[in-house]
Amino acid sequence: MPRVVVDVMLKPEILDPQGQAVANALPRLGVSDVASVRIGRRIEIEFTGEPDLDRAREIADKLLANPVIEDYTVRLVEADETADARS
Amino acid sequence: MTARVGVVTFPGSLDDGDAARAVRIAGAEPVRLWHGDPALHGVDAVVLPGGFSYGDYLRCGAIARFAPVMETIVDAARGGLPVLGICNGFQILCEAHLLPGALTRNQHLHFRNRDQFLRIESAGTAWTNAFQPGQEVLIPVKNGEGCYVADPATLDQLEGEGRVVARYIGGNPNGSQRDIAAITNSAGNVVGIMPHPEHAVEELTGPSLDGLGFFTSVLKHLVGAPA
Repeated sequence: MPRVVVDVMLKPEILDPQGQAVANALPRLGVSDVASVRIGRRIEIEFTGEPDLDRAREIADKLLANPVIEDYTVRLVEADETADARS
Repeated sequence: MTARVGVVTFPGSLDDGDAARAVRIAGAEPVRLWHGDPALHGVDAVVLPGGFSYGDYLRCGAIARFAPVMETIVDAARGGLPVLGICNGFQILCEAHLLPGALTRNQHLHFRNRDQFLRIESAGTAWTNAFQPGQEVLIPVKNGEGCYVADPATLDQLEGEGRVVARYIGGNPNGSQRDIAAITNSAGNVVGIMPHPEHAVEELTGPSLDGLGFFTSVLKHLVGAPA
C-alpha cells in the first residue's frame, strides 16, 4: 500500500542551531565544501484504506508542522520507497 | 471567598507540584486538573506548569494542545479565564494559538539553568498587576527550547500593543528575539512566561520571592482590583 510522506522543515528565516552544529562538525570529518546544513523531519503515514492526501495535509497543518515556524510538503510514495522497505 | 486556581498535570509535567504550592502560598486554593478530564471543576484561573508534556515528542507542547482539558481551557481563555503558561505551559499556549509565535531550540543548543533577572514591561495583565512597570525581578530560568521567535510584524505588534510582559536583562539565556521572556494576548488574561515564577516564592528554595507576584496578581485581578 502506498504511504503518504510528510516532510517538515524549519522556514528559511528561522535559525536552525542543530543544522549549524552539524555543519560545524563537518570539518572534523575532513569535509570543507559544505556551505550549510538544515535539519527537518520526515513522517510516513499509512492509512487503513486508500491514502488520503487531503487528510494528510490536514494532519500536517494541525499537528505535524507548526506553520508559524515550519513549512511542510505532502506526497505519495510507493511502499518500496518507504523507510521500512529499505531497512 | 478563596479563589480556586487550577493547575494542570499532563503526562510529563514536572512543576505542577511547585505551581500548586505557589498558588497556596499566594493565598488561593490550588485545584489539580488532569489532562484527560475536560472539566475545569469551577476554577477561577488556570496554570499550565513546566515540564515535558508527552515527552516533548514532535514539538514541545504540540501534543498537549490536543488534550481534552486543553480544549476546554482554550474556549474558557477566549472567554476571559486567566491562564498562565510557564515554560512548557508557554509552549502549549503558542501551539494552541492562544499566544502568537513559537518557542524553538535555544540558539546555543545548551539547556540553560540559572537565576535570571527580568524586567516587567507590562503590569497591565491578569498575572502581573502586582508589579510596577519597569520593575526588575529575579526568577529561575531552566529550558532547552526557550528561544522565542515570531515574524517581525508580530513582534512589532506585540511591542506596539504593550504585550511584551517581561524581558531578559543581564544576558539573554536562549536567544529569544528582542529578549522576550513573557508575552500576553490582546485581552491580557493569557500570559506565557519562559522562566519559572513558581520557583521563586520561598526563601528556603528560591533566589527571591519575586515569583509570588504573578500568583498574587491573579487574585487581585479576580476580585476586580484595578491593575
